[in-house]
Amino acid sequence: MDTDRLTLIKGHRLVWCGVVLVPAVFLGVFFLWPVVKVLSLGFTGRRLWELLHDAVFWRVLWFTVWQAAASTVLTLVLALPGAHLLARYQFRGRRLLRALTTVPFVMPTVVVAGAFVAIFDRFGLNDGLFRMRHTVWALLAAHVFFNLAIVLRVVGSYWEGLDSRVEEQARLLGAGPGQVFRWVTLPRLAPALASAASVVFLFCFTSFGVILLLGGPTRATLETEIWRHAVWRGDMASASALAVVQLVAVMALVVVSNRLQRRRGGREQTNLGPRPVASWPLLGANLGLLLGAIGLPMLVLVERSLATGHGYSLSNYGALTERVSLLPVSAATALVNSLLFAMVATALAVLVGGFASLVVVYGRRGLSHFFDFGLMLPLGVSAVTLGFGMLVALDAPPLDFRSWRWLVPVAHALIGTPFVLRTVVPTLRRIDPRVREAAMLLGASPWQVGRLVDFPLAGRALAVGAAFAFAVSVGEFGATSFLPRHPDRLTAPLALFRLLGTPGDVLRGQAMALAVVLMVVTGLSVLVIEGRSSRQGVVRGDF
Amino acid sequence: MKRLVSFFLLAGLTLVACGEEAPQPAPEGIAGQSITLLTHGSFWVSEGTLQAFTDETGVQVELLEGGDAGEMVASAILTAGNPVADVLYGIDNTFLQRALDADLFEPYESPALSNVPSALQLDGQHRVTPIDFGDVCVNYWGDRFDETLPPPNSLNDLIDSRYAGQLVVQNPETSSPGLAFLLATIAEYGDGWEEYWAALRRNEVAVTTGWEEAYYGQFVSGGGDRPLVVSYASSPPAEFIYADPPVESPPTGVLLDTCFRQIEFAGVLKGTPYQAAAQALIDFMLSDTFQEDIPLNMFVFPASQTATLPEAFVNFARLAEDPYQLSPADIEVHRNEWTERWTQIVLR
Repeated sequence: MDTDRLTLIKGHRLVWCGVVLVPAVFLGVFFLWPVVKVLSLGFTGRRLWELLHDAVFWRVLWFTVWQAAASTVLTLVLALPGAHLLARYQFRGRRLLRALTTVPFVMPTVVVAGAFVAIFDRFGLNDGLFRMRHTVWALLAAHVFFNLAIVLRVVGSYWEGLDSRVEEQARLLGAGPGQVFRWVTLPRLAPALASAASVVFLFCFTSFGVILLLGGPTRATLETEIWRHAVWRGDMASASALAVVQLVAVMALVVVSNRLQRRRGGREQTNLGPRPVASWPLLGANLGLLLGAIGLPMLVLVERSLATGHGYSLSNYGALTERVSLLPVSAATALVNSLLFAMVATALAVLVGGFASLVVVYGRRGLSHFFDFGLMLPLGVSAVTLGFGMLVALDAPPLDFRSWRWLVPVAHALIGTPFVLRTVVPTLRRIDPRVREAAMLLGASPWQVGRLVDFPLAGRALAVGAAFAFAVSVGEFGATSFLPRHPDRLTAPLALFRLLGTPGDVLRGQAMALAVVLMVVTGLSVLVIEGRSSRQGVVRGDF
Repeated sequence: MKRLVSFFLLAGLTLVACGEEAPQPAPEGIAGQSITLLTHGSFWVSEGTLQAFTDETGVQVELLEGGDAGEMVASAILTAGNPVADVLYGIDNTFLQRALDADLFEPYESPALSNVPSALQLDGQHRVTPIDFGDVCVNYWGDRFDETLPPPNSLNDLIDSRYAGQLVVQNPETSSPGLAFLLATIAEYGDGWEEYWAALRRNEVAVTTGWEEAYYGQFVSGGGDRPLVVSYASSPPAEFIYADPPVESPPTGVLLDTCFRQIEFAGVLKGTPYQAAAQALIDFMLSDTFQEDIPLNMFVFPASQTATLPEAFVNFARLAEDPYQLSPADIEVHRNEWTERWTQIVLR
């Protein structure tokens, strides 16, 4: 690693400076400074001390941790078969399936919660012995629904690049399929598994709507408690103390998971061979599993969006282009706003995350650890902390950004960047240094090596990260709801929330139609974003 | 029902009594200024309404939306002294005292207040100005009740075993109508409210986190099985306007003896460099142009008695004659202790 870094730095010191500075400034200005400022306003050691002697606090902390851990394990287990299918097999509709699995990610919680309750209702699970509503099971199911895609895609894209000949050799030596998976595949997947697991855990750790809507009124996590104290009780001291606990817990988790990823990451040759065609039973079993985990709620939404007062029709969709008097703009305009913000946020996340990945993999040890650590934190910090932090910290020149139009995509990019980082870093680390050495021996300059070796290989991972950053932005509803925004820049999730805030079948129908359009648009966008990288895959094969 | 006076009637009478008032001349020197109005996330007025203000005074208005009312107040308190905006709209009586304690507003007594009932003017120092109001009441689904089982009439009826398992309410620690309904019961029963809620619990009341889950998840309107829900007095007009297919009259009704009054205020934020322009905007928000635009955009009632109500409101919106009320100071001092007790009684 040292020689790579040296050649890079020696060659283009100024460029390298830029590569380091962009993520550093971005993280510092839009995350670290706001969080430090808002916590310093309300935090007192005394309140924290009181909290640590409060049994209710420990119950909340314990529930927060275990529901996140259980959700993560469940998501990992349920996603692995699908990741295997996507990584190792060829079948019709593979790209479409990949894009579809990303869709749950953008679904507004309030709509998904409604769909889950409708499903429980249909299967008689709202009451009685097998009650799901307002239980921890409903909450876990929803977390799997939202996060399955993370594991599927992060692990899947990494798995795709692993040399399948290693497994073939193990099989030739007499290992059964179970043994091959346990002793050959699983250890090599470890970096991607740790990556995906840490992201899922952080998401569930700070999950808000799912806890409140599906967990029922008796369940509380650190995230919901921070919100309740800050917003409902106006008790900033308690909210800040809780936020500090949350931040410390998240920092500890990121340190541990980064350790795991660094230790387990090995370098190896990338997969160059063709993929076998998936058999029907394999495909069927996988699709069945995915349908159960993420398909059903989506189907319920489609059904609801088509239901009108006079049977099924597309009239709810037609209504999206007309502005109802409750909204500043039509739902269609809100959708366009969302897409515009998502594009800006994705570009930012790719830039910041891409540069940061280079620093993490090739940079000086201290810098590498700092970026790997710092850029993960926005995922695990409460939306209240981030939103209020931006309000109090970015309020005076030269950082007067509070009512800046583009603060919303910036906040989205903060949450999208970890995805880029977590998909690109494991891939870059895996690149066999011999490939690079060979290129240099053949006379390539360090930047040619970067362009011809690193970038094509990381391109696929970058595209997966970008797709997630896009989806995160389209669906984000947390921090941005705290930021003052211009009404004509209403985003689709906010429009949907407003439509559902007033009674009336017409409004509800429109909200459901908007949710479905949101799904379709996201699916298509993911196809487009990742479509580009498939062509880069050809470059990779040629090389 | 006859005892209850439709708000519209009152408004109409006042209109006749007061007549049209001449518009206030705009103060000198504010033309060309641009001010910002911070609102909660449910705010909207028709296109052109704010343009009328600009035409009249030469002052541009930029709109900014915060989160819900609670989030907006919390962020306004955090940014006190260096506000994001010049005028804040949308703080209600349940949060009012918190904002007053944080010294957010410059006092301003608008001349237009003469058209606003004094019952709505909760702050004697005029740091905030009432703009609109509405009632949070139990709504019922008409088809589920008939002569053998008429809709309940009062809070007391709700603990009657005939209505067991029929009511869904929201958690007062996470929902604004939920809090308003808890306050209604406290206003009615005083110290006996705890016993009342214990009885409601025995009568199988359901609790949700927010309004959406109650109205669309458990109330009949959204396909649920409970015919009684805590919602707004203005919900039936919305059910009528946004019905699919169109209906003659809304499928829901309001129990007018269960209502808690919510009043929404606007105020000039301390730290604004454009005080005169901000005050002119407050005056404008009480003008008929703005006030008559409120009902169909936000489904609340205008504070000014000179404003005419839209037809759907005249026909289907009712207001309680004597709604439950508690002083903002009382609410602020006791709310945490009340909601904590409530949680123990109803959820534990």
